[in-house]
Amino acid sequence: MSERLEVRKTYKLYVGGAFPRSESGRSYEVTDAKGKFLANASQASRKDGRDAVGAARKAFGGWSTRTPYNRGQVLYRVAEVLEGRRAQFVEEVSASEGLSRSKAETSVDAATDRLVWYAGWADKLAQVVGGANPVAGPYFNFSLPDPTGVVAILAPQDSSLLGLVSTIAPAIVSGNTTVVVSSYQRPLPAITLSEVMATSDVPGGVVNILTGDAAEIGPWLASHMDVNALDLAGIEDADLVRDLEVAAAENLKRVLRPAPGTDWTAQPGLERMTAFLETKTVWHPIGI
Amino acid sequence: MTTAVSAGNGAGSGDLAEATSSEASLRRFLHGLPGVDQVGAEARAAMLGTRSIKTTAKELAIDLAIRMVDLTTLEGQDTPGKVRALSSKAMRPDPADPSCPQVAAVCVYPDMVPFARETLGDSGVHVASVATAFPSGRASMAVRLADTRDAVEAGADEVDMVIDRGAFLSGRYQQVFDEIVAVREACARPDGTAAHLKVIFETGELATYDNVRRASWLAMMAGADFIKTSTGKVSPAATLPVTLVMLEAVRDFREATGQMVGVKPAGGIRTSKDAIKYLVMVNEVAGPDWLDPVWFRFGASSLLNDLLMQRTKMKTGRYSGPDYFTLD
Repeated sequence: MSERLEVRKTYKLYVGGAFPRSESGRSYEVTDAKGKFLANASQASRKDGRDAVGAARKAFGGWSTRTPYNRGQVLYRVAEVLEGRRAQFVEEVSASEGLSRSKAETSVDAATDRLVWYAGWADKLAQVVGGANPVAGPYFNFSLPDPTGVVAILAPQDSSLLGLVSTIAPAIVSGNTTVVVSSYQRPLPAITLSEVMATSDVPGGVVNILTGDAAEIGPWLASHMDVNALDLAGIEDADLVRDLEVAAAENLKRVLRPAPGTDWTAQPGLERMTAFLETKTVWHPIGI
Repeated sequence: MTTAVSAGNGAGSGDLAEATSSEASLRRFLHGLPGVDQVGAEARAAMLGTRSIKTTAKELAIDLAIRMVDLTTLEGQDTPGKVRALSSKAMRPDPADPSCPQVAAVCVYPDMVPFARETLGDSGVHVASVATAFPSGRASMAVRLADTRDAVEAGADEVDMVIDRGAFLSGRYQQVFDEIVAVREACARPDGTAAHLKVIFETGELATYDNVRRASWLAMMAGADFIKTSTGKVSPAATLPVTLVMLEAVRDFREATGQMVGVKPAGGIRTSKDAIKYLVMVNEVAGPDWLDPVWFRFGASSLLNDLLMQRTKMKTGRYSGPDYFTLD
């Protein structure tokens, strides 16, 4: 009996609910922590970034007007599907980050739990960060959190799954849509996460995942006039951080600065959710 | 470069006069036109669409495309206010950049012509009006002619008429011919000048490329100044292969008679990339003489914003967004 042929993998990007190749036609080799070849991944270009922003903008209207309760359900569903692929994620995280099997398991479980945790916040955020304001007049006065729009996320380079999930979930739970540039050296968990997103009720375009170099695509996203916020979690080079912040200032993007050495396993606060919110205040006359 | 689809028509202007002398000769002439090789036309259009136009060439192409836009609003919900806003946009498409050229014309329904005229004044932007019971053309000839005269009296520089597709498809070519001639006469102004006549075929309803070629020749022989693909109300609207067939027709018509006729694809052209594909095709099929707003137009509304976004991207080096341009 003949030997089975090896299935060699060249992964694609995830844009607008579809899996296109990079517009540039480029790909790069992904290796494990020891330098052994794992797979080929598409290397996204600035034009892929542009397409992803277009897809995210298109998805924003539908996603942001869903009820928070429904968004929570969708996020929980993502956690369910991710849990179903636990073995695959453990293998990829273990190979990518060079972790022992048990440590990789802990990391994948933490990522699932993180999704569940954020899913629970979907319909509670408004009570915590919004509220009724006392005013000196015959009005009801409410402050309500609104999503800010399209968020560009330059995902953590080291924590390939937990860090990724911990940056995407807080952005989309409140109704934002995202363009994510994954870890360059460790993109496999991000690629599998895009397969999870595609099969778990998340509308196409809400999460767009590009594999490639954040230093190459980042400046185009930071200066893009149709991007509303920027998460610099994965950028370590201080000069690049400054350049990106300068570019982002042009249309007053909300910028979440990098926090080097962030412990992604620690319980997150509300900070990553509230960073991408606008506050809308409504005055309503009493008695009409 | 010539292909199997080019019409090797040796008709001189004398032959054309004879062709239009009777119903039978008109039919004989139109059915004697060489058939369009459908596969060849589609392959050639697709091939021309793969040209890469970058940097300075792209800048020129975008500015030319802006100058060729017939900024169009043809909705039941149009108001004088909307037409005024659109006319202002036509004169200064990008208020943030004075170097941005004007569009060619504003295209509206006849009752909206006075409002467009009033806003555009002598800015050089033309007022185009659809007429002849647009978009279906299903009204008596008297009504269609009155519609045309109305538009011209109200100050339209250009009239976009629709042909009677029912008559064309059932082979009553003489009727279609006579109607175009009649509308052309209705375009005349008292001072002896005339509004430019664009003839809309609604290629989405003509079914074959052969019909598109016949309609093109029919309209040109009847005296059309422009031939236009579609109303924008029927899908498919303008496509590259249909426009290719029409561009070949105007090229061959000039060879036969020395007269130039313009081409206007309309409907479904939404991105700069699409527009540039059309420009490449104009240059390669009809020739560079047609690369001018006098001889080639885009009937579009959302195309302009995409052109402006691309233009801004090229000027500033960063991607622009729809928030910075008007909704229309």
